[in-house]
Amino acid sequence: MSRGRGSRVRLPAPVLGLAVVALLFFALPLIGLLWRAPWSNAWGYLTEGDARAALRLSLICSLWATLLSVVFGVPLAWLLARVEFPGRGAVRALCTLSMVLPPVVGGVALFFALGRRGLVGQYLDRWFDVRLPFTTAGVVVAQTFVAMPFLIITVEAALRQLDQRVEDASRTLGASPWYTFRRVTLPAIRPALVAGAVLAWARALGEFGATITFAGNFPGTTQTMPLAVYLALESNPEQAIVLALLLIAISFAVLVGLRDRWFGRSDRSSTTVLA
Amino acid sequence: MTLSASLSLQLGTLDLQADLEVEPGELLALLGPNGAGKSSLLRCLGGLEPIVAGRIVIDDLVVDEPSTDTFVEPENRPIGFVFQNYLLFENMTVLENVAYGLRARKTPKADARRTARQWIERVGLSEYADQRPRSLSGGQAQRAALARALATNPRVLLLDEPLAALDAGTRSSVRRDLRRHLATFDGMRVLVTHDPVDAYALADRVAILDAGRIVQVGTLAEVTAHPRSRYVADLVGVNLVNGVVADGVLTTEAGAHVVIADAQPGPSFAVIRPPSISLVREKVARSSARNTWVGTIAEVDRLGDRVRVGIEGQLPLTAEITAAALDVLQLQPGDEIHASVKATDIEVYPA
Repeated sequence: MSRGRGSRVRLPAPVLGLAVVALLFFALPLIGLLWRAPWSNAWGYLTEGDARAALRLSLICSLWATLLSVVFGVPLAWLLARVEFPGRGAVRALCTLSMVLPPVVGGVALFFALGRRGLVGQYLDRWFDVRLPFTTAGVVVAQTFVAMPFLIITVEAALRQLDQRVEDASRTLGASPWYTFRRVTLPAIRPALVAGAVLAWARALGEFGATITFAGNFPGTTQTMPLAVYLALESNPEQAIVLALLLIAISFAVLVGLRDRWFGRSDRSSTTVLA
Repeated sequence: MTLSASLSLQLGTLDLQADLEVEPGELLALLGPNGAGKSSLLRCLGGLEPIVAGRIVIDDLVVDEPSTDTFVEPENRPIGFVFQNYLLFENMTVLENVAYGLRARKTPKADARRTARQWIERVGLSEYADQRPRSLSGGQAQRAALARALATNPRVLLLDEPLAALDAGTRSSVRRDLRRHLATFDGMRVLVTHDPVDAYALADRVAILDAGRIVQVGTLAEVTAHPRSRYVADLVGVNLVNGVVADGVLTTEAGAHVVIADAQPGPSFAVIRPPSISLVREKVARSSARNTWVGTIAEVDRLGDRVRVGIEGQLPLTAEITAAALDVLQLQPGDEIHASVKATDIEVYPA
């Protein structure tokens, strides 16, 4: 049905109908949670023993994972963006594999690499007395594994867009490559770096599969928020709802906050990287 | 104490082979059409592009010599570089931009800022010192870029099309400013431009670069008086014929003959000025003009009361006639035409 001259876009009825179904598909679960949420006791559930520990652990681990993603991900993004080497496409795929991998598979893979009998893990254990599985450090490792690709692709896109002649200008002024990177390149990609770090943080915060496989589910040491939600679903559904809503609120805030940077203007670059 | 470069470089389809020398206090302009390799040559001098063969020497310092595996990184060369779009650092103030080179070379912050302020004052940007580059006009940005390049006290200043990013209205005043500021720098200067007006206003000597080769070096007056390339001939607006002289006749590669008055035998250039060419519809039996070539009219360009007629044939030429003559001759593209010129009107010099 048309609204006459005023409406510029006339959607075909079937398209509109399907779009509304899709929209409801995303909205209904959220509405369901809001509907069943025990609003009067919400604060109590959040601050109660295990939940508080999970919240605290999630915060600490996800921030560590973000930090590690930045420290190691920026140089890797730089390598992918600037250095041409054979098989770069394959290397890029490898670095972003964990974005599309089932997280449980990632956890299993980490186990065979860094576990006590793992490829590298056995030496960590024997030589340095470091054991990662079923420890808080293991949670950080699992979260970094799934979160870092978000930072890498965001920063790599920004590095590709950057006019490299600005870096040339810096070199002709007597600046070493390292000085140039710190004073010119890094400030220029800062918006993308922030966006990538926030996305990586959000992904780390929500990490479930790799964490539970590699680090287990021990309250206080490895039980993060998503794990607590899963567990609480059986013992205390109302608490699960409150924790879930908190996670949703954080994710939502991240998406809205990054709307311009990630989904708006830099849209073009991110799709080319993903393509 | 000079800059001397003898270099070759392969870059995509560009095959660059050039020798040049610049004395202290001298400004050499590299003039040539787009794609001739001017900017690539400049980037080689600055160390932004390594050369394939040859040698670049700044004062006594060999900065690039593939045969001895010598390559001095750009940051370690005594150079200043002014880029086409200035490439000021957007995240810094003008003062920080100008101080950048000194800070990168580990000059203490206070000293770097003091020197930078002096340079900013010299180029007349004091009131913009604490602003971001994006608030500057094109001319101001160019002066900031110049101050930034000179603040580190380089021996060689390289300028890549410093006026190309400006609109026509401001270009001449910015050019005048640039000339004044360049005059205070006593090192060697190399300027890349495709605009002969820049070369005329700023350069002591010009080197004509065409398709990767330096085809002519000299003052602009010398270069334009005796063109040695199609590019310069077009610039001056004359016909340049290249061939071999024997027995008073110059023969071109295509086989066209040009009868000339007294000239030394051997490879030569001949310059035929468009107004000295007369056009006739039918072949004239006898004429004082020793040369008559037949050709086809390719284009007719009216410029006020003068008309430029492009002629294709064994000897491609451009003739200049009056509008009145055009009305009489009724020339159309595709018409056959006879072009004639007196041997004494042709200037010949050795190639």
